[in-house]
Amino acid sequence: MDLFLQLLVTGIAAGGIYALVAMGFVLIYKATRIINFATGEFMMIGAYFFYTFLAVARLPPVPALALVLVCAAALGWVVERLILRHMLGQPVISVVMVTLGLSSILTGAAELIWSAEFLSFPPIFPRAPIVLGTLVIRSNQFWGFVISMIAASAFALALKFSRLGVAMRAAADDPTAAYSMGIDVRAMFTLAWALGAMAASLGGVLIANIGGVQPSLGQVALKIFPVVILGGLESIAGAVLGGILIGIIENIAGGYLDPYVGGGVKDLAPFVVLVGILMVKPYGLFGKPDIERL
Amino acid sequence: MRIGHFKETYTADEAVFQSGFVRSALVLLFLGLAGFPFVAGPYWLYLANHAAIAITAAVGLNILTGFAGQISLGHAAFVGIGAYTAAILSSRWGWPILVCLPVSGFTAAVCGLVVGAPSMRMKGLYLCITTLAAQMIFEFLFVRAEPLTNGIRGINVPPAEVFGLVLDTEGKLYFVTIPVMMAAVTAGRNLFRTRVGRAWVAIRDRDISAELMGINLFRYKLLAFAVSSFYAGVAGCLYAHLYKVVTPEHFPLHESVRYLAMIIIGGLGSVLGAIYGAIFMTLVPELLQWILGRFQQAHPAIMQDLFPLQTVVFGALIVAFLVFEPHGLAEMWRRLKDAFRLWPFHRE
Repeated sequence: MDLFLQLLVTGIAAGGIYALVAMGFVLIYKATRIINFATGEFMMIGAYFFYTFLAVARLPPVPALALVLVCAAALGWVVERLILRHMLGQPVISVVMVTLGLSSILTGAAELIWSAEFLSFPPIFPRAPIVLGTLVIRSNQFWGFVISMIAASAFALALKFSRLGVAMRAAADDPTAAYSMGIDVRAMFTLAWALGAMAASLGGVLIANIGGVQPSLGQVALKIFPVVILGGLESIAGAVLGGILIGIIENIAGGYLDPYVGGGVKDLAPFVVLVGILMVKPYGLFGKPDIERL
Repeated sequence: MRIGHFKETYTADEAVFQSGFVRSALVLLFLGLAGFPFVAGPYWLYLANHAAIAITAAVGLNILTGFAGQISLGHAAFVGIGAYTAAILSSRWGWPILVCLPVSGFTAAVCGLVVGAPSMRMKGLYLCITTLAAQMIFEFLFVRAEPLTNGIRGINVPPAEVFGLVLDTEGKLYFVTIPVMMAAVTAGRNLFRTRVGRAWVAIRDRDISAELMGINLFRYKLLAFAVSSFYAGVAGCLYAHLYKVVTPEHFPLHESVRYLAMIIIGGLGSVLGAIYGAIFMTLVPELLQWILGRFQQAHPAIMQDLFPLQTVVFGALIVAFLVFEPHGLAEMWRRLKDAFRLWPFHRE
């Protein structure tokens, strides 16, 4: 039982960070209908920026994090303006491929700049683990969960209540109607990419704070696909719930099954769940079915 | 000036090779391919084998993605299934390569049927992510199903044998890879003159309309998955004999993306495009290595940057083609031909 609870809590802590990254993904999908395969690379680049500001430029953690967010927003903006703007209205395959190409560029560039070696951040949080009754959580994981939940709520609230957030949702819902109401739809697309990149890179910083950063960190984000499918591609609440669920599933599956097959179940379980869900509910738990007309 | 082909019979109109010029160019190409191993060195033969296998796999993916319109992020996994089948059959029971080829293809095709099953209910992005899941699951199996696959150590493949002749060099293997590639391309090209091929194109262009015209969507989508995986399996069998060892690292997600890149850069929905794309993607990394090699004298450390640089160039090529020339090399080639044919009256 103790093992189960321990795995559950670790899973929730890991899942909170997935939720934040998934949110970066959903923000972009909601606004632009683009499935961003480069989300993981935004994470990785964010983590490298943080490393550079913290360990190379020796800034304190909070200004470093603020700078990371600014850089991530700039990266999202540049990517949208230079590449994705040309992809509006293109078939799914082109859009998928262009983000895959982008992820390849970012991975290679990171390796050229920071080398393929494994880097870890200097400690930020107190080292002592957090103890809840009989359960123990590593402090980095605990604080990562707290920060990502705060950030996710901030994103969700801003999207729901701020004027820009409402405009963004309007542009996502019906671009033509939004145009006629005087909303600059293109600016909203750019904003969505900037916000998406910010959420992803913050998630990247938190994940790298637990396990270090290297150019292949972006592969963690492949798990984000089960998360967003579970939550429905365009539901923010679904992304958060899906993130936590996938975190729990992978930790419990890994904890109980790894001894039998020799490891690796943790990375597989989300995908098995994904296939299972898609077979039963092809649009995820919270997604809307597409109604097609000829 | 010639402005078109004038034809008097339906037979002439339906001919695969439309003009005498095309036929003679093909004959020249065949002669060139047959003579190549007698003039080229092992490095070029290795590249030729590599390109031929890539073409086989890319034509298969183009059937699924370019013609039937189903995006697959799991093509490398099917290549892997073919490779493992061939490796297991030839290393344990000494099956000859000519038997392994179709068996690898059929094994991959059966797996393709399983992976294609979700296409019954899903399409577009959701299906794309299902194939991603399939890729991850097969990768896991390659590593963890140790009794079959030997895990990360992989399987050593004995040299291929055809009628008692041991194909232990690149040059000898060439005489298997090239004919297989040509058979695959010919079959792929002709598939689109049949009912099945036309049904796929109809599904790609508008699935609902296709269904109204009496095409059983599910059956034809499954068939596309099976045929495409068959091609991948055959390519995998050839890879197993080319590399002489099969390990899980040969078939990562990155490799699936590379096949997609081949057909995008070559030209979606065109057999010729898949060929151009596969050759192009095989040669670019080598070209890059050669260019860096020229600078090695001045900067000895430059070769360390080769791998990340290849990754960047790979991504940049995909992005550049999609932004500037979404129809790929096949379209560029067609425009170039038109420019010459219509000169001086040609204008963009």
